Amino acid sequence: MKPADEVSARAAEAAAPTELRDEDVQEEQSWLQRLAGSNIWIFLILGGICLIFALLSFDSFASSTNLRNIAVDASVLLVLAVGSTFVIVTAGIDLSVGSVLVFSGVVSAKLMEAVGGESTGVILLGLGAALGSGLAWGLFNGVIIAKLKVPALIVTLGSFGAALGFAQLITDGVDVREVPFPLVESVGTGQLFGEIPYLVVIAVGVALVFGVVLALTRFGRHTYAVGSNEEAARRAGIHVDRHLIKVYALAGTLSGLAGFMSLARFATTTIGGHSTDNLQAIAAVVIGGTSLFGGIGSVLGTVAGVFIPAVLENGFVILGVQPFWQEVAVGGVLILAVYLDQLRRRARYRE
Amino acid sequence: MTPEAASPAQEAGPLLEARGVEKHFGRVRALRGADFDVRPAEVVALVGDNGAGKSTLVKILSGIHHADAGEIRFAGERVTVASPDAARELGIETVYQDLALAPDLDPAANLYLGRELVRSGPLGWLGVLDKKGMRRGTEEAFATLGVGLQNTAAPTATLSGGQRQGVAVSRAVTWASRVVFMDEPTAALGVVQTRKVLDLIRRVRDSGLSVVLISHNMPEVFEVADRIQVLRLGERVASFRAADVSMEDVVGAMTGALRADGNGRDRFGRGTREDEER
Repeated sequence: MKPADEVSARAAEAAAPTELRDEDVQEEQSWLQRLAGSNIWIFLILGGICLIFALLSFDSFASSTNLRNIAVDASVLLVLAVGSTFVIVTAGIDLSVGSVLVFSGVVSAKLMEAVGGESTGVILLGLGAALGSGLAWGLFNGVIIAKLKVPALIVTLGSFGAALGFAQLITDGVDVREVPFPLVESVGTGQLFGEIPYLVVIAVGVALVFGVVLALTRFGRHTYAVGSNEEAARRAGIHVDRHLIKVYALAGTLSGLAGFMSLARFATTTIGGHSTDNLQAIAAVVIGGTSLFGGIGSVLGTVAGVFIPAVLENGFVILGVQPFWQEVAVGGVLILAVYLDQLRRRARYRE
Repeated sequence: MTPEAASPAQEAGPLLEARGVEKHFGRVRALRGADFDVRPAEVVALVGDNGAGKSTLVKILSGIHHADAGEIRFAGERVTVASPDAARELGIETVYQDLALAPDLDPAANLYLGRELVRSGPLGWLGVLDKKGMRRGTEEAFATLGVGLQNTAAPTATLSGGQRQGVAVSRAVTWASRVVFMDEPTAALGVVQTRKVLDLIRRVRDSGLSVVLISHNMPEVFEVADRIQVLRLGERVASFRAADVSMEDVVGAMTGALRADGNGRDRFGRGTREDEER
């Protein structure tokens, strides 16, 4: 008994000063963490960019027409990025969103064309087809990832290719241009109260609803838990596999909705136009402060993350700067955002 | 956990019992017919050298692994503990060695992980969390158990090792109604915090729960345990009453140097009560 006692006593002596040090570190970390851990940074950056453009070219940049254009351009991407936020909070990734958008748009357009007519019924059928197609791809992704344990990067890279391939098989690679006119006129180019484009209303609604779901509901809490420590979530009785399937299904369904919105906006299926949507969505989510390692993030941050590239692109065009600079600037912001995430994690984890 | 064979509850008998449990991981035989039992409102120490099968046995009894052979009895009835949920329904909670906390969530979220409170009324039907209620419950639990935490809103990752241990122990004790397993609960702690956890174990037992303590630390085991069961190479080789035995005997049983159990029934340590019943 004696030797063991001595050992534990020595261990205790060694441990005591460590504890004191721990307390100091905690004090120091709390403000660092508050700075790096909040969304304030990203909104300051967005506000700063807007301010610069407004100062340099107030009349063109800050006009209501231009701001409306920025918002419309961002709306489809925002819907995709909201879905990607959930996926990335679970420490997953979804590369298939752009292709699922195209596939859903194609299925929806083909179905509306086949049924014919321009009634509300046909349009609702088209919406259902788009949502259903997106849901199907999302379920496919989720089941393979959660049940067969194939890494999300690979599964969604596969469905990224497959969904686009199927879309081209369905259309022979030619865009479908038969979109019911009332759809284009209302959702595509119409404005609520003659002021706010319906596309923006839809996108804001999606962000609001799912922002609340992520922040305030049990579903959201489980999403964070799965991303933070999957094994702990499992041991706590959370059905991790089922939850992951739901999250990918949500991302797929929102991609379907985005496909329908895109169809309404452009009155065509834009098959070739979405090959980098996935990367844009991921960039927006990450710029918005959601961690690629899971467990941290918010839809509010994603909203800012969507608007930074959109505002940059628009502002550069107005100022006559070559728009290619936008991609350089977004790349810089992206790397900065991930660096901030690293800082935050270093400040959080004590070991 | 469906009762497969109903038998009258044995009040004085073991509350939770494993008989002849076997578990293989590929070619490794982690458990070779291990027995184990814990009675109501006692502290049982489960000791053994590294690789003796302690953690595997605990994971089987808490529904994470499934036994390849053998049976588990709860209050005299044969049960299958198919999932952590099933263990939980029996009133069994576990403090894992790695604590199984979500580092990005705050202590309240961890305490209520998988058991979140929702608001009453329509908001609750939509799954809206009752964050205030959970925070209050967490603060009460911490106060009862003497876990000192000033900031319950910080992510668990920012807490010290002792505080995190406090969160994990509080969670298990809060939800357990019959048995708490603690896998090396003091391994990462300083002397003050270790003392707190040991006091806590006694208080939990006095409140009527059974505690199974997995530990390497012999002085600690002798301080709190009512009984000591020794695993070696995937089998229970001895079962002692802590008051009747010396630390040398226990260490001897762990290492195989001494192969008799505390009652000296069998020099292979197999003459335990459960085996005789079979």
